[in-house]
Amino acid sequence: MEPIIIEGTAKTPSVRFDANAGIFEIKGRSIPENSVEFYKPIVEWLDKYKENPLSRTEVNIRLEYFNTSSSKCILDIFKKLEAIHKAKNEVQINWYYEEDDEDMLEAGEDYESIIRVPFKMIEISD
Amino acid sequence: MGFDVESYLKEQKSGEVVLYYKGNIDSDVINHVLDTVEDKLIQRNEQAKLRKKVYNVLVESLQNLYHHVDKVPKDFEDQSAEKYGLLMVKKIENGYLIITGNFIKKENIEKLEERIKRINRSSQEEIKELYKFILNHQRITNKGGGGLGLVDIARKTGNKLEYQFKEYDNEHAFFYLNILVDNSEQ
Repeated sequence: MEPIIIEGTAKTPSVRFDANAGIFEIKGRSIPENSVEFYKPIVEWLDKYKENPLSRTEVNIRLEYFNTSSSKCILDIFKKLEAIHKAKNEVQINWYYEEDDEDMLEAGEDYESIIRVPFKMIEISD
Repeated sequence: MGFDVESYLKEQKSGEVVLYYKGNIDSDVINHVLDTVEDKLIQRNEQAKLRKKVYNVLVESLQNLYHHVDKVPKDFEDQSAEKYGLLMVKKIENGYLIITGNFIKKENIEKLEERIKRINRSSQEEIKELYKFILNHQRITNKGGGGLGLVDIARKTGNKLEYQFKEYDNEHAFFYLNILVDNSEQ
């Protein structure tokens, strides 16, 4: 399966989902006006990956900012990962936040409380 | 009645104006405002924590304007703006005051005011639960918003949303929202 690679912009994150390595990454800022449009191909890609996932998938979320409309799309992505996990595959979500960024840590904890997938909160110190 | 933005802005807490904009709110304007304010906060050596909160609140307030403003009244001076909005960012004593303004049809006031009141009477813990509930249970509307913007602003600032509806004509009011982003809780 081809990886999905999207370069980052000022308002959208860089995305690199590699189905062969089982490593997915979303990094940067996610503040577009139309988040659904941006995330749609990623969610569709996950639907395909879900049919035949690796036994272990690791997901790295390193966001500096995200807006509330992205927050729903990120939840959609996590729900796909939850389904993969539920089908007896290992899935791990690493949620990165910068030192002192309690808001970003709390946002990760929100997802952790909604989604039944193991989360790891990782502080980035400068 | 009419439209007296300047005198409303003068009545608010005094402080240095970091940015003032009124006009059409499109994607380019949002980018420009965000870049400008981010640069200014860095120049002022504001702490990362406050900078991030201001940035987050600006994103949500601008996108609220982008997604939700009602059309300008037919006799309004600026007919070129499809999505007319106002934004002022002021440096005040221990943080920043962000003021937004937009037209709203009178029939939409009640619903908006009810949402704000609900947020304002909630504790921080309740706001956090409300955020999670909306995140998990409400679909994104075709307008693009998720109904989370105001809840997120209240959660991140820890402050009440101050607002006013000023009558414009029989059908329209102008809605002001004052958001205080400060360091007081830390």
